[in-house]
Amino acid sequence: MASTLQLEIVTPDAKVFSEGVEMVTLPGAEGEMGIYPQHVPLLTQIVPGEVIVRKEGRDYFLAVGDGFVEITGERVAIMTDMAIRAEHIDEARAEGARQRAEARLAGQMDDEESAMVSAALAHSLAQLKVKRRHQH
Amino acid sequence: MPSTRDIRRRINSVKNTAKITKAMQMVAASKMRRAQQAALSGRPYAALMNEVLGNVTHHVSDFTHPLMEKRGGPKRAVILIGTDKGLCGALNSNLMREASKFDKTTTVYITAGRKAAQFVARSRRTVAAEFSYKDAPLFNEARTISKFAREMFLNGAVDCVDILYTTFISTLSQRPEIRPFLPIGAIQPVKAGMAGERTEAMLMHGPTEFLFEPGADQVLAALLPHSLNFQVYQVLLEAKASEQSAKMVAMKNATDNANQLIKDLTLEYNKIRQATITKELLEIASAAMALS
Repeated sequence: MASTLQLEIVTPDAKVFSEGVEMVTLPGAEGEMGIYPQHVPLLTQIVPGEVIVRKEGRDYFLAVGDGFVEITGERVAIMTDMAIRAEHIDEARAEGARQRAEARLAGQMDDEESAMVSAALAHSLAQLKVKRRHQH
Repeated sequence: MPSTRDIRRRINSVKNTAKITKAMQMVAASKMRRAQQAALSGRPYAALMNEVLGNVTHHVSDFTHPLMEKRGGPKRAVILIGTDKGLCGALNSNLMREASKFDKTTTVYITAGRKAAQFVARSRRTVAAEFSYKDAPLFNEARTISKFAREMFLNGAVDCVDILYTTFISTLSQRPEIRPFLPIGAIQPVKAGMAGERTEAMLMHGPTEFLFEPGADQVLAALLPHSLNFQVYQVLLEAKASEQSAKMVAMKNATDNANQLIKDLTLEYNKIRQATITKELLEIASAAMALS
């Protein structure tokens, strides 16, 4: 019986993560989910937020964007449009992006544009949340 | 026999051409690196997306989505992805040869890139829409194309949609490829090499049924359009990488040919010059002999 999960995190730009891990916590559309090995096959959506990866007793944190997760007994595959490890998040840049996005949301624009800006805002908020939580 | 002046003029003009093609080669080379990088780094995501989609559509027996409906009618749309500019070797002609194999009467074309639009207009085929994409394709551009194709399929204007594009294999090799796009279910991996990987993965998973959270219809309603958008995006990246690679190689060949031509012309120029000098010497010598 497998005691680890193969975790794959890919974004359109790169493969961010591909390792065996003990547990993954995901920001599911209906709240956080913890995934252990031998999970029942599941396909779900995630929202921008924080992925916690437990590997060899240590926790690693990543900020992720919208996406989909395919879970089988031995594998968790996360497809998302953004995935950044906590230690790589640039807080000043994320904060700047958040402010720009908020400023633009206040103005007038069509549906498509506003969806894009909202997504950008959610991305920077997720990054800030992860970064700030683990600084202290 | 051409005069030395004519040859000198030709050498100069060929030199200028060589300079231009050399510059275009450099530009294409730098764009090519970026485009290739983009195409290659998108592949893992595309492969995983295909794999997941394959698993899901095979293991969800009691659920169908309008985008998965197989109608089997003859009406077909082809998303034809060409280039904006020429000077990229046989890339477009290879692509158009494939494009002309579809039945004229039942096929409409959705084109991306100016050359694709020109081909469709010239061969008197039906255009449904023309799109353009930039040197660095944007996800938005892909989404617009994908959305248009999806709507045509959903409102019954066509029964299936294919994508015809040039897949990037290496700098020296690109091949036109046809991929079924809609209905979903006949999904094929982006790259031929990934086919093995997927079947292996399918065996590994076995006939497991997937659970969906929040619900199958909700997850699929989000996943299917997204995966289609992404497929178009990846195809645009591949086409761009192919275009820049082909352009780089074509321009390199042109530069090499020009340099070879310069060498040949210089040789001929020197021969003629020497012949002229020899002839003049002979004339002087014979004139001197006649006088003495």
